Amino acid sequence: MNIEHERYLQANNKEFNSIFVYPNNTIKTSKYSVFNFLPLNLFEQFQRLANAYFLILLFLQLIPQISSLTWYTTMTPLMVVLSITAVKDAIDDLKRHQSDDRVNNLPVLLLVNGKMKEDKWMNVQVGDIIKLENNQPVTADILLLSSSEPYSLTYIETADLDGETNLKVKQAISVTSDMEDHLELLSAFNGEVRCEAPNNKLDRFSGILTYKGKNYFLDHDKLLLRGCIIRNTDWCYGLVIYTGPDTKLMQNSGKSTFKRTQIDHLMNVLVLWIFLGLGIICFVLAVGHGIWQNKKGYHFQIFLPWEKYVSSSAVSAILIFWSYFIILNTMVPISLYVSVEIIRLGNSLYINWDRKMFYAPRNTPAQARTTTLNEELGQVKYVFSDKTGTLTQNIMIFNKCSINGKLYGDTYDKDGQRVTVSEKEKVDFSYNKLADPKFSFYDKTLVEAVKKGDHWVHLFFRSLSLCHTVMSEEKVEGMLVYQAQSPDEGALVTAARNFGFVFRSRTSETVILVEMGKTRVYQLLTILDFNNVRKRMSVIVRTPEDRIMLFCKGADTIICELLHPSCSSLCDVTMEHLDDYASEGLRTLMVAYRELDEAFFQDWSKRHNEACLSLENRESRLSSIYEEVEKDLMLLGVTAIEDKLQDGVPETIIILNKAKIRLWVLTGDKQETAVNIAYSCNLFEDEMDEVFIVEGRDDETIRKELRTARNKMKPESLLDSDPINIYLTTKPKLPFEIPEEVANGNYGLIINGYSLAYALEGNLELELLRTACMCKGVICCRMTPLQKAQVVELMKRYKKVVTLAIGDGANDVSMIKAAHIGVGISGQEGVQAMLNSDFAFSQFQYLQRLLLVHGRWSYNRMCKFLSYFFYKNFTFTLVHFWYAFFNGFSAQTVYETWFITCYNLVYTSLPVLGMSLFDQIVLKTTYWTMISHVIIWGSLGFYFCMSFLLYSDGLCLAFPDVFQFLGVVRNALNQPQMLLSIILSVVLCMLPVIGYQFLKPLFWPISVDKVFDRIQECRRLPRQSPVRTKLKHSSTRRSAYAFSHKHGFGALITSGQTMKSRMSKKNTLFSKR
Amino acid sequence: MTWSATARGAHQPDNTAFTQQRLPAWQPLLSASIALPLFFCAGLAFIGLGLGLYYSSNGIKELEYDYTGDSGTGNCSVCAAADQGRAPPPPCSCAWNFSLPELFQGPVYLYYELTNFYQNNRRYGVSRDDEQLSGLPSALRHPVNECAPYQLSAAGLPIAPCGAIANSLFNDSFSLWHQRLPGGLYVEVPLDRSGIAWWTDYHVKFRNPPLVNGSLALAFQGTAPPPNWRRPVYELSPDPNNTGFINQDFVVWMRTAALPTFRKLYARIRQGNYSAGLPRGAYRVNITYNYPVRAFGGHKLLIFSSISWMGGKNPFLGIAYLVVGSLCILTGFVMLIVYIRYQDQDDDDEE
Repeated sequence: MNIEHERYLQANNKEFNSIFVYPNNTIKTSKYSVFNFLPLNLFEQFQRLANAYFLILLFLQLIPQISSLTWYTTMTPLMVVLSITAVKDAIDDLKRHQSDDRVNNLPVLLLVNGKMKEDKWMNVQVGDIIKLENNQPVTADILLLSSSEPYSLTYIETADLDGETNLKVKQAISVTSDMEDHLELLSAFNGEVRCEAPNNKLDRFSGILTYKGKNYFLDHDKLLLRGCIIRNTDWCYGLVIYTGPDTKLMQNSGKSTFKRTQIDHLMNVLVLWIFLGLGIICFVLAVGHGIWQNKKGYHFQIFLPWEKYVSSSAVSAILIFWSYFIILNTMVPISLYVSVEIIRLGNSLYINWDRKMFYAPRNTPAQARTTTLNEELGQVKYVFSDKTGTLTQNIMIFNKCSINGKLYGDTYDKDGQRVTVSEKEKVDFSYNKLADPKFSFYDKTLVEAVKKGDHWVHLFFRSLSLCHTVMSEEKVEGMLVYQAQSPDEGALVTAARNFGFVFRSRTSETVILVEMGKTRVYQLLTILDFNNVRKRMSVIVRTPEDRIMLFCKGADTIICELLHPSCSSLCDVTMEHLDDYASEGLRTLMVAYRELDEAFFQDWSKRHNEACLSLENRESRLSSIYEEVEKDLMLLGVTAIEDKLQDGVPETIIILNKAKIRLWVLTGDKQETAVNIAYSCNLFEDEMDEVFIVEGRDDETIRKELRTARNKMKPESLLDSDPINIYLTTKPKLPFEIPEEVANGNYGLIINGYSLAYALEGNLELELLRTACMCKGVICCRMTPLQKAQVVELMKRYKKVVTLAIGDGANDVSMIKAAHIGVGISGQEGVQAMLNSDFAFSQFQYLQRLLLVHGRWSYNRMCKFLSYFFYKNFTFTLVHFWYAFFNGFSAQTVYETWFITCYNLVYTSLPVLGMSLFDQIVLKTTYWTMISHVIIWGSLGFYFCMSFLLYSDGLCLAFPDVFQFLGVVRNALNQPQMLLSIILSVVLCMLPVIGYQFLKPLFWPISVDKVFDRIQECRRLPRQSPVRTKLKHSSTRRSAYAFSHKHGFGALITSGQTMKSRMSKKNTLFSKR
Repeated sequence: MTWSATARGAHQPDNTAFTQQRLPAWQPLLSASIALPLFFCAGLAFIGLGLGLYYSSNGIKELEYDYTGDSGTGNCSVCAAADQGRAPPPPCSCAWNFSLPELFQGPVYLYYELTNFYQNNRRYGVSRDDEQLSGLPSALRHPVNECAPYQLSAAGLPIAPCGAIANSLFNDSFSLWHQRLPGGLYVEVPLDRSGIAWWTDYHVKFRNPPLVNGSLALAFQGTAPPPNWRRPVYELSPDPNNTGFINQDFVVWMRTAALPTFRKLYARIRQGNYSAGLPRGAYRVNITYNYPVRAFGGHKLLIFSSISWMGGKNPFLGIAYLVVGSLCILTGFVMLIVYIRYQDQDDDDEE
């Protein structure tokens, strides 16, 4: 087997590429084929302990010396169980085959002999050139050659790969982009590519293109990955580099780790214990047999001589051990796994079918993607939630603004009272042909101000429509679609658009606005892009009137310091407005402008260019250049954007809290925003005793912060005499469990990612865990995806509780995979989270039903099922143990073979299953549906029918050796003593249960009754108390500035013309070397 | 009206009672008004039934005699001493004399009982060929391996009926004599030995092989009797309806017992003067003592018993019913007390 170290290929040269035997573009996710299904599937099934046991048993039964049961008693259940599983596996695999086929047969345009020819995906080979059109998925990992857009830019959406819906830009190198769509040039293209071997790193690629004797460096900006979708690009051509299983998408879809529940673990332990018990029982019986043979069997030989091979009673005892091993097989629950699977499948279907978890607006029902974790849902103690898209809708709504010291956005009725949302009337934007119909605003005064031509308002919106990095797309005249990098930005530009300042399109040098119906072209001179330190962005434009203007927007704390002193009074007024906005949980941005004089700008621009081209300290030089121009700003106003919570989130969190389920918010977002949301969704309350903030930057500070917090919450936990401290000092070995600690009040904890990086290391992690677990709510902000998973792992390691992670984005995938249960919100941020989740639905509020209804029922059902299942098997089997004392321990069965065969499989399986599928914990009683009745009475009736059939004259006479029990039922049921005994046994078994059921709520009223009361109470409460309260400490939580924390498209937009020349220069430099 | 796959609500789950887990359900709530009467009623019913069972079981008369012949227990000890582990032992006769001071109410059943005899041993129980017994000619010549070591005779002939069960057929026989007046003649009491096997066994399960030239003996030609037997199976009785595999004693014996101490029906006394029972007077049972049991510590007993509607004597069932019934009532009272106490407490709490 030769491992590929480097990929080497030549475009349009099939002969050459075929030397390397690259796979074609077929993908195969299926597991079996027609031929290997049977052996492979059986092999997998026999890896299960119980199945393997029955296989061994089957062989034991073939030995006549010990065979105490006929072969079909164990063969039949084994066959049934194996075939049920096999059919299920086959159906699953068939689905995979179908989806593989569908994908493999998708059409793609392939360049063959100078013409474009339609072919199937699976026929694409390494080295082929293919053409992709707008909105098409990318066929394989291809090297971008050229596209319809200027500079061969190509926009792609990577939702399937990393879950991000914002567009990404790829750019072809200039030498290939010149070929554009000239097929003769493309056919003649014979560039050779050397690149790294297939790997699973999505953000890395390096290779060298050799074309016409020159080398060009290739990085991942030139590679379109399979799974992406082409957007905003009419066509593009690409050279296929990796195909099928070699693509980064397929390389990433590794085997997902199989999650097991505690019940799974328990079942395995139980099966092992049963084996042990079985061995002990068999041993006891074998010893008994030895003694019996010695004392009685030896003398009974006149009627029952020993077999020739039985030389002593010891030999006989050894044989009888195995005979009993066979007879007592019904104690090993062969149908346990199958039954458990059926129950879990049923409970998963209930989740899929639940209309209360169906979200009509997006037409998505809840989905149990893993069917094996249902009962674990009922034990969840800690919920780790993402913020954006999970607690919030990730829809930003331009809600309010303050322009030049005047508030807009609140609506008042005649008496000066605020009007609630439902009564509000939408503002009519019909004067604006380009308005977005989905946008709604309620304050008429702002529209009136725009219409009146208020200078400040116009300038405010002009600034919003110019100062951004949004891309616009206009497929149909007048239908603008914005591609924004962050939803905040999109909301601002859309707002400006609706009020009459429409951002229509942009090139690298111009921005075209439609201002109150008139098209105006602004020259875009520079974009001073956003970054996390600057917390602001600016643009410098030349207006049609030939004025040079700088527009800036950013976090208020930053902008305030850059304002011209003349705005100080306006600034004070605006600050008050900011406080109001912050108290409502709105995300705010400050907008300002400055007019530059020509000479100053030219001078600045020159220095800016120099800084741009500098190779050393480019970043810091740029930012100091930026600071030169971003000063003496004139304040325009403030925007307030509402980060809309999902429906029912605060109510859900209250209820989860009442159910003693702790919620931790793990977000990549900024602290301010996260805290804001925590308050508005009731995770934090104003009534809390204290909210601790951990933001230390070294071990000692963080330790001190954590300890101070713990000192407040539970001072004795710091003493040496605290049992946990003693425990920790004496037993430092893993794994151990930290017991629950209770704080003396209601506390919250905020910790940011930087501190967390330290806290997750070494001995600080226990401090962190103990402190955090005492708090009612915990917020971790600025988290990397890895840290999210680490926090979950930390909890799993030391707390031995069931954790649930819920999120919607690609950054939540690691945490979803790490938690016991991963829940994906099938929301806006793509499907990555959902694909990795165990349960998926579209609203956070459904978590309540998932945990408190489905989870609880599943758990209860599973527990009842296990008790019932083991009970029925044990009662059935242990009769043989008792009977052994009467028959000389000779492995004689009490029941006849057919009853043993059918007992687990036919007679008793349905009542057990029925109970575990239909039982509900509503009241302290059993829950008998029609189906339960049908099943129970049906099974009983079926038993009698089967008995009469199996003991019938015809069957018994046809096979006298197989059906030996002719007439037994008839004769036995004729005996009044028999019927009386049945009645007695039934009553004797039922009475204690009934008595217990009656007395239990009197003696121990805790369990169901109290929980039931509690649920009732929880349902009632949130409706009574208003959820959102006016917040007190608003000013401390201000400035949740609205920006995504990524770098913008700014560089790409402005680089435009210059980019091309610089690129080629760089490439030639590279090739010279 | 057709729905397109993408129509709004197309993926909405069906609103049925089943999918929404809203099936109408019977939820038996165990309130005091249900549970307590339930216990008392069940208790009373059981005590009533138990009393009935107990008395009807008590009304059954039994007369039993151990004729194993341990030394000093009667004249069967001579026979017992003679057998001394030899099987088959030489025929020997002994008798059991008893007198009835009053009428032994009929119908009277005569049972024999064996103790310490493991008919329920697995190896014993499987040592038979049901195909052979159902009269299949092929099975007659080729008994199954389970019959070993009673599968083939020493001469290599197939044994019919094969197996350990058949070989150990109980072969003592009894006759009952009645002396009406003291010093008078003993008159033989007729024993009805027909219909002692299950109807299904005698009529369906056990069949003789097809006759050859009208002769059962020819049908069994080429087979050997079990080693313990003194005569072949077709000579078990002169009555053609009671010989071969359908001999009633044989059929009764082949229906193996579940416990090591068991009774099997030998005859019923319901003919002539004895249809009402055994009148008072002296009786003698003449026993043909063949069957060896002393080798394995077993005992042989003879039992005269009457029966009732519920079958033979069985005091256990009645006692069990009485115990369970009393427990019900006792528990009922305990529950009542507990309930009242807690009720008071709850009331106090509410106040």
